[in-house]
Formats: sequence, C-alpha cells, structure tokens
Amino acid sequence: MTPAIAPIGLGPYLIVSAALLVLGVFGIFLNRKNVIIILMSMELILLSANLNFVAFSSAHADLSGQIMVLFVLTIAAAEAAIGLAIVTVYFRNRGSIQVEDVTMMKG
Amino acid sequence: MIPQLVFYVFATVLLVSATMVITARNPVHSVLFLILAFFNAAGLFLVAGAEFLAMLLVIVYVGAVAVLFLFVVMMLDIDFTQMREGFQRHAPIGACVGGILFVELIMALGNWKMAPDTGIAPLSGAPGLTNTAALGTLIYTHYVLLFQSCGLVLLVAMIGAIVLTLRQTNTGRRQDISKQHARTREDTLVLVDLPLGENVLGNGGFLRPHTSYYENAVPGSYGSGGQAEADKRETGA
Repeated sequence: MTPAIAPIGLGPYLIVSAALLVLGVFGIFLNRKNVIIILMSMELILLSANLNFVAFSSAHADLSGQIMVLFVLTIAAAEAAIGLAIVTVYFRNRGSIQVEDVTMMKG
Repeated sequence: MIPQLVFYVFATVLLVSATMVITARNPVHSVLFLILAFFNAAGLFLVAGAEFLAMLLVIVYVGAVAVLFLFVVMMLDIDFTQMREGFQRHAPIGACVGGILFVELIMALGNWKMAPDTGIAPLSGAPGLTNTAALGTLIYTHYVLLFQSCGLVLLVAMIGAIVLTLRQTNTGRRQDISKQHARTREDTLVLVDLPLGENVLGNGGFLRPHTSYYENAVPGSYGSGGQAEADKRETGA
C-alpha cells in the first residue's frame, strides 16, 4: 500500500511546517504586548508540530503519529481554555492585558 | 499532479494566513485568519491521508478554540492601538531569531536521514479499515491509558477555567439544604377558599411560599423590595 503522501513527498510538508513554526515564534516576538495574539502564535506552533506528526505518520504508514496529534490537540485545547480564562480574570482585575504589568501579580 | 497542486494551494494559503494572524492590526481579523489557517491545515491533513484528524481539526479548533478566542477578543474592551507599541522595535529581534531558527531547521531537514532499521513494527491497524476505524482500534487498545489521561487533562482544564473565572456575586439565590429539608407543609402551602368569581389576588396574592423566597435570597438581590415587600404582603393579606 503506497502512502497517501507519496506524490508530494515528505520534504514539502516539513518545509511548510518549519515555516509555520518560525511564523509562530516571530509572532510571539512581534506582539510582545498582546497576550491574545501570543496565545494564537502558540496555537500556530502546535499546529506545525501536528503537521510534522501527520506527515511522518503518513510517510511511514504508522498511525502512532496521528494518535499523538490527537493528544496534542487535546493539550492545545486545554491550554487555550486556561490561558483565555487567565486573560479574562487578569483583565477583570487590572483593566488591561499588558504583558509588562504581569510582574506586578506577585503573591 | 492534482495532489501536488492541492498541496501547494493549501500550503500557500496556510502560510499567508499565518502571516496575517501575527501582523493584522485588528485582533478580530487575527482570529478570523487563524480560522482560515486551521481550515487549510485540515486540507493538508486530508492530502496526507489523515481524514479523521482533518475533521477533528475543523471541529475542535475552528468550532471551539477559535470561537473561544473570538469571544474573548470581543468581550474584553481593550485599546488595541496601545498594544501595537513596540511592534517595530521588536520586529528585528524577532526576525533575527526566526531567521536563525528557519535556517537551522532547513539545515536539519537537508541532512536528515531515517535510520535504516528502526526495528519497530509500524502500528497501522488492521488493513482495509478506514482511517477513523484504524485510529479507534489503536486508541482503545495500545493507547488507552494516554487516551484516558487526555480526558483527565480536559477535565482539569475545565474545572480550572471555571474556578478561575467564577465570580462570587451578590445576585441569584443560594441553596440552603438544611432549610429546605426542615420545611413543613404549613410553611409552604396555603389552602384558600375562593368565592365564586373572585381571583386569588384579593385573598393574599399568589406568592407561595410566603416568605421563603426572600429568606433564601442573598439580601437585596431578589425581587424589587425583598423582605420588606414580603412583610407588607403578609400583613396586608
């Protein structure tokens, strides 16, 4: 059985995923003040990891990679929910979501 | 030919929309581009033959996570122009780090080789199964512990998010179990003999039980007059 990825090959997938990872990291640097965009950048980084998992899983005809993607998706959803809850509570307390002010949250 | 074409279309749109996510002025546009990026990633998953995960990505990410982001962005009243400060200042550092990372990754990809004999039999499920069925047979056998702990992680995340955002407010009525159990019939039930043609308002009103509405409520939160209203109603009746 030839893998579904065969006509494209593994290389393009890995390059797209690497570019997505770099965009995510760049986004964290670019939007230093906006927690929401930082969270979105983290979602992009996790998506690039998922893309790698799926590409390798398809190339090797081994489903473990796709199961890992399932777990990464779960963790990403949990992380987004908790992160947004923290952002909401922080905004309620301080009226802004400036990342610089977070250091005042000691204790 | 068709798979390559589809792949490159999806990949291009994915990267463009990811760029727009991190550079858009309006965070709402960012979220919408994030949704577009997820759709295209689902397309890439489809091209790679992972149908179940593609659908899962659309449902979980677009349907839940991105909508959650959208809710939060719209709910919080944030001055987003202020957020853009330092955009130009941080861009060179970010570009530098990102460029180094990308070059490293490309170098790693260029010299990467698969070990000739990994010695592990691939877990591909039974032949002839659909992608979903094959994943199902693996999740509930080899990976059942991980699967269950994923459920636990989601439970903890749900409880955590609720606890974080729960506000002790002065609205609404609290449940007082002991008071509920100590209720007698006389406290709550009144039998009124209504003459023919008269309504219940002329005989003390309809509020039943007479006082316990206001006893259980947080003071000042229920009804217009609270306890005073109830007392007046009692004495007037």
